[in-house]
Amino acid sequence: MSTVEAAVPGAEPRSYLQEGRGIRSWIFTLDHKRIGVLYLVSVMASFLLGGLFALLVRTELLTPQRTIMDAQTYNQMFTLHGAVMIFLFIIPGIPAVIGNFVLPLMLGAKDVAFPRLNLASWWLYVVGSLFALASILIGAVDTGWTFYTPYSTETSTAVVPMTMGAFILGFSSVFTGLNFIVTIHKLRPAGMGWFRMPLLLWALYATAIIQVLATPVLGITLILLIVERVVGVGIFDPALGGDPVLYQHFFWFYSHPAVYIMILPAMGVVSEVISVFSRKHIFGYSFIAGSSIAIAFLSFLVWGHHMFTSGQSPLANTIFSALTFSVAIPSAVKVFNWLATMFRGNIVLKTPMLWILGFIFLFGIGGLTGLFLGALATVIHVHDTYFVVSHFHYTMFGGPVMALMGALFFWWPKFFGRMYVEFWGKVSAVVVFIGFNVTFFPQFILGLRGMPRRYYNYPPEFESLHVLSTLGGYFLSIGFLIAFFTLVHAIFRGKKAAANPFGAATMEWQTSSPPPLHNFVEAPHVGDPYDLAGLVYDEASDGFRPAAKEGSS
Amino acid sequence: MSHAPDHPAHLAHHYETPRQQFEAGKLGMWLFLVTEVLLFGGLFCWYAVYRANQPEVFLAGHRYLDKSLGGLNTIVLIVSSVTMALAVRAAQLGNRRALLGFLAATFLFACCFLGVKYVEYSHKIRDGLLPGRHFQPAAEKTGAGRVPVAPADAPPDAPPAPAPADPAPAGAPAPPPGAADAPRLVPSAAGPEGLAPPPTREVAAEAGRKSVHLFFGIYFVMTGLHGLHVIAGMIVIAWLFFRARRGAFSPSYWLPVDLGGLYWHLVDVIWIFLFPLLYLIH
Amino acid sequence: MENHAAAEPHVHVVPLRLLLGVGALLIVLTGVTVGVTYVDLGRLNVVVALAIAVVKATFVALYFMHLRWDRPLNAVVFLTALGCVVLFVLLAILDTGQYHTDRIPDHAPAVHR
Repeated sequence: MSTVEAAVPGAEPRSYLQEGRGIRSWIFTLDHKRIGVLYLVSVMASFLLGGLFALLVRTELLTPQRTIMDAQTYNQMFTLHGAVMIFLFIIPGIPAVIGNFVLPLMLGAKDVAFPRLNLASWWLYVVGSLFALASILIGAVDTGWTFYTPYSTETSTAVVPMTMGAFILGFSSVFTGLNFIVTIHKLRPAGMGWFRMPLLLWALYATAIIQVLATPVLGITLILLIVERVVGVGIFDPALGGDPVLYQHFFWFYSHPAVYIMILPAMGVVSEVISVFSRKHIFGYSFIAGSSIAIAFLSFLVWGHHMFTSGQSPLANTIFSALTFSVAIPSAVKVFNWLATMFRGNIVLKTPMLWILGFIFLFGIGGLTGLFLGALATVIHVHDTYFVVSHFHYTMFGGPVMALMGALFFWWPKFFGRMYVEFWGKVSAVVVFIGFNVTFFPQFILGLRGMPRRYYNYPPEFESLHVLSTLGGYFLSIGFLIAFFTLVHAIFRGKKAAANPFGAATMEWQTSSPPPLHNFVEAPHVGDPYDLAGLVYDEASDGFRPAAKEGSS
Repeated sequence: MSHAPDHPAHLAHHYETPRQQFEAGKLGMWLFLVTEVLLFGGLFCWYAVYRANQPEVFLAGHRYLDKSLGGLNTIVLIVSSVTMALAVRAAQLGNRRALLGFLAATFLFACCFLGVKYVEYSHKIRDGLLPGRHFQPAAEKTGAGRVPVAPADAPPDAPPAPAPADPAPAGAPAPPPGAADAPRLVPSAAGPEGLAPPPTREVAAEAGRKSVHLFFGIYFVMTGLHGLHVIAGMIVIAWLFFRARRGAFSPSYWLPVDLGGLYWHLVDVIWIFLFPLLYLIH
Repeated sequence: MENHAAAEPHVHVVPLRLLLGVGALLIVLTGVTVGVTYVDLGRLNVVVALAIAVVKATFVALYFMHLRWDRPLNAVVFLTALGCVVLFVLLAILDTGQYHTDRIPDHAPAVHR
């Protein structure tokens, strides 16, 4: 059966990048790899936009009074920063970019189950983003990304276009998730059992479950918000007979699971990268896989911890607090298994590994500070302060963004068939890591000292820490710019990449870089996705190839 | 059984067998139905929270609805579900004439449903019962007694039996005052001493009437979203009809009919819950 | 494994009488649920109405939507969604029931001093 070993391609097959030219061959493509690239471009554009808003916010906070903008603009800026980063960048980030490209390849499938739906998902993303952008032009929203009522039904800013945009983006996310679930269930080739799947696929599967189950509730929440705002039906606004706390139940029933839509795929990426660059089989495969599913399940039981101080009843507070702590268990299971994988491994500190090590460190801090916030007593003290801001940046930025960058550097050779300059890749990872900590660690201190989040002015004694944080933000952005230039430079000037430059055993590395249109010329060999021992370094191609087989297949 | 050629025209390139494609399509549709269930789930949650905490609003509100029209629509939708199931059966058996007939019948029943809804909605609109800032009950505007106003001094313990001259003959849907359905109020206001005693039934009934606009918000959003789904289902059925007329389906390929049927049945199931929750409140 | 049998979709044609019978049953149950509203069962009225609706929905799902003969996975998927809705509704009611003391306009409970 295993003819793959013999297939050292003399003549490379035509890659998916060479199938068709011109913009139409891209924006109407049904190829999951091209859709992944479309998502890559649009998601990264959103990241730059969201980053720009963040820099403006941080710049305003350089001084205790007005620095560059008035208070209303400041409110709009932090709202846009949050909304763009969450709805346009992190949620589609890893699933839609990395997942679309890599999932069928890792599975050994030719495409996702519903390619047209996949394309529709990208188009919905574009339409939803246009709505969001339109709202910026008409009158940028100033409610915070959570659109809490009753303020969101009263403010004069463009709430309706922004929420319509988020509604449409939700559908885009649902379509991606639906596609992934069906693909994993129905398109596994012969021999690919559930427990032979790479852990990224388990993570994407768990993510997809959340996307399908939770996102529609966000949809209906936003529709109700629009109905209340436009028609004046009493739903959430107490002035109309509504219940504002109910809005928060609705919102967080989606938006808490949504943070796992962000973090679970990131954890999947970590599981892949850490094994490859430790040159060691992943430790505790079934526990990592199971903990993904456990996190997906628990994610639906903890939404109330966003409402501890906003009028939720003590009974519900107690229940949600207890359930919240239980999420720490599967999360810690993952972290300890990663550490055990690295233990006595032959660690190779290449660029993707640096980003992923950053992930583990930052996410560890983010996760542990989450325990403070899950405890009913401490949260009274630190709620709505910079402590919370810092906590969710350590988890949401230190988690998914670090993992996404690691994933881009890891799969970039597969995406475009080119290697980046290793040195600059490493520099970017280190600069971002340092910049991140300089930006956000002071915010923990600010928060504990009582600096409330979303405030425009602050007492002068907070100034030094704010300045430090802002300078860290600038440094951080430089790191990202280096990373982007390194990646873009690779596409045009990079050295040609081998099929398997890092020596990974998952199936996407068995096909050429970049892959042909239908992914595999010959049926890939399904084996243990973490059996790295069967690979040897081949100097001629600067990549790895399967060791000469010894009789068995 | 007719033999499918090695790679039949309806088999997409990335599937190995028709069966794989069929099962993928089915699972995909069920997942889509999951998203629909959760979309409506939010509305049901809204309903449940309000009904649990302010039952008097629902008691006051449901009197404006016409049980017989609601019941009629329930039956129309059930019959349309039957014809849809028969259409799927006809497609499986390869009976094109029957398939076209049943699809057309389903479509017509859907039209009936919307027709009845139109009658109901237009009565509500005439009575000024649109929700939100359009809520202006006719009684307030004209002083006429079209809109039922249950007397606040209704005997609290009156037997509920003679539920007054119930469903007026179709066409005159404004139900009479449900004086007998004395509202029950859960005395949730009775807190530990610091609070006043719970309001009496009369107070509750009065309060229910005052807040009845909340009921119409729920009524219009729930039935409106359901109506939109009915329209979407009609588009799907029409599309299936035209494809069937062109002979797109055969005993080896009828997946789209089946998927359209699943969607239509879900629309029916949602109505099966909406009907008692909105029209049949006791 | 016969390749052909595995390649073709699994078809189950529902008998005509079964479909019509289920349809008739659903209409009868609609009558029952209307009839029950004329009987005062106190708080049980809601429960009975919902129970009848669940029975009706179950019949639709099992026979019209073919779940009885379908792959169990599809039923699991559907039940997961229902479980999720139930969870959402129950936890939301649990909480709102605690803080909704009295929302009757003009009758907010006075605080004794």
